[in-house]
Amino acid sequence: MINKKNIGLFIPCYVDQFYPNVGIATLELLEKLGCQVSYPLGQTCCGQPMANAGYERDTIGTTKHFLNTFKDFDYIVAPSGSCVLHVKEHSPTVPGLESEQYATQHKIYELTEFITDILEIDSIQGSYPHKVGYHASCHGQRGLRLASASELHETPFNKARQLLQQLDGLEWIELARKDECCGFGGTFAVTEEALSVQMGKDRLEDHLSHDVEIITGGDMSCIMHLEGIARRNKTPLQFKHIAEILNEAIS
Amino acid sequence: MNHPTKAEEFLSDGANAKWHDETLWFVRDKRDSSSKTVPEWEELRDLASRIKDNVLDYLETYLLEFEKNAKANNIRVHWAKNAEEHNQIVLGILNKHQCKAIVKSKSILTEECHLNPFLEKHGIEVVDTDLGERIVQFLNQPPSHIVMPAIHLKKMAISDIFHEKLQTEKGNDDPYYLTQAARNHLREKFLAAKVAITGVNFGVAETGEFVVCTNEGNADMGVHLADVHIASMGIEKIIPKREHLGVFLRLLARSATGQSITNYNSHFRSPDTGKEIHIVLVDNGRTEQLAREKFRNSLKCIRCGACMNTCPIYRRSGGFSYGSTVPGPIGSILSPGLDLQKHSSLPFASTLCGSCSDVCPVKINIHEQLYEWRQEITKAQAANAKSISMKIANGIFAVPFAYKISAGMMRGALKFLPDSITYSGLNTWGKQRDLPELPKETFKQWYKKNRS
Repeated sequence: MINKKNIGLFIPCYVDQFYPNVGIATLELLEKLGCQVSYPLGQTCCGQPMANAGYERDTIGTTKHFLNTFKDFDYIVAPSGSCVLHVKEHSPTVPGLESEQYATQHKIYELTEFITDILEIDSIQGSYPHKVGYHASCHGQRGLRLASASELHETPFNKARQLLQQLDGLEWIELARKDECCGFGGTFAVTEEALSVQMGKDRLEDHLSHDVEIITGGDMSCIMHLEGIARRNKTPLQFKHIAEILNEAIS
Repeated sequence: MNHPTKAEEFLSDGANAKWHDETLWFVRDKRDSSSKTVPEWEELRDLASRIKDNVLDYLETYLLEFEKNAKANNIRVHWAKNAEEHNQIVLGILNKHQCKAIVKSKSILTEECHLNPFLEKHGIEVVDTDLGERIVQFLNQPPSHIVMPAIHLKKMAISDIFHEKLQTEKGNDDPYYLTQAARNHLREKFLAAKVAITGVNFGVAETGEFVVCTNEGNADMGVHLADVHIASMGIEKIIPKREHLGVFLRLLARSATGQSITNYNSHFRSPDTGKEIHIVLVDNGRTEQLAREKFRNSLKCIRCGACMNTCPIYRRSGGFSYGSTVPGPIGSILSPGLDLQKHSSLPFASTLCGSCSDVCPVKINIHEQLYEWRQEITKAQAANAKSISMKIANGIFAVPFAYKISAGMMRGALKFLPDSITYSGLNTWGKQRDLPELPKETFKQWYKKNRS
């Protein structure tokens, strides 16, 4: 069924610029899982950095462009919980495109939830013999509910873990604070620099003290921040987007 | 001073900041375990939230019902439009009874009204009887947390204060010893006070009674020894029926400290013979907040403090960094309504991680309101540098060609600029973080070569 669907790949602007390998891994992974994927070349940004800074009203043009770019796809998939959440919940209403906007908000998915909930893949064959620490991005975690939240009284689940744990040899490392924020927070990383960096250092310490080899996650923005701090302090940790791990393990 | 500056100051003592974070995380953790012993926890939160919705929809009706029933029980009811009226009403009662010294149990509302300095100016001695609150009062500080007012102080700091104020042994920081000293000190104050002031956790419209929750029993001690009890209550503290306490009391202590119930949940319904109970119903900006559709839910707050304990910002910047009576996430959505200019940095003191909304026992969408306040604040501010750069950014993202040029320039600049410029003081990102290594091509360039 799904292989007949037309899937639009949405690569967040900073991933396009700084992490092309994450885009490539996402595309190759979806192709390996039997999807027909294309990347509309006219795409730009979802508008989140501006909206979270308090300028949602100035992102109507950006939002309109996003809707037009992706209107003909059956699904939109992105390797970012944060950007997907923005499109779903915070993009301003575009006058005249209300129905397109409603459709877009209901056909856009973060990569892991697309694999578990839409493709309904229940077995992934591959090997990845490493100790992996998972950084749950808050927008994926508490925004899109990609995993149960430690604050809520609910049955535990985690879509990323569901996928990663199928890989041979992968050791999923339990952290002391499994869903604490890393301190990236968009413009917060700059406007509250001291706090942002301290929060990042604390997250890294949690992974290090549990002997994590590779930190992974569903949002490169958090990873960029954590990796930036680790590099500066010469901390021996590797960083990969979950798409890179899955794509590498399956091949 | 704005939040980032104060946060940086707080973090400059790294060991203390770490201790503060871990202390509050411990409380958050206890809250998690305790809430998970209640199978219907999420249903309780939902129910509490919906009861509060009803309260906000019919606030006037419930308040008038409360007033009628309270009066029938011989409680004297006063209405205060703002902090000043509240303080004048309290002073009037004290003057009538020629009272020069009062005891007060913890009340964030009286902090909000700045009652202590007001009364002191009029020659009245105010003694806060909650242990933590007494400690910060000795230091002439406001509370740094609404449930644990002295959580920013370590044992030894308290030992030093008690040595100075209560003549305890220098260097003795045994908690039992210090608590005994406070108890003996406070006992004298309790016995001398003719008037006791308390806050109110819940006012019950159906019966005209009100409920005060404390762990130390200090409210009861003060009230029962005094001739006059003055209770200050924010108008949003009303609940329709007594049976609703069964919902809120189960949520309150578990959310606040992880206890299954507060030690003392005292119901006050009518005065003893020869005594008086006064209740002051305070608005002070609450009806204005009620009229703000996006922010009215903030009035559901039952002041448990769970959002502070869970907030990764609060834990690492301390209560004083907010510069508002109620600190932390809930304070950051309440305070801008009182003074937008003064508190304009608070809604930005968040990564919008959403943990506050998930711990909130009455399901206030705190992080969404932080986002909404940001939109209001940028509208209220005149065009500044940030807003201009954001407008340019929107122009870029709306036009693919412009985006390509500008991103290319950004990449080009990164490639050729020496580290000394990229990591200069102008570049805040680079102060303590490396920038990502620049790839040889963008994804788009790769895609064009390999797929199209």
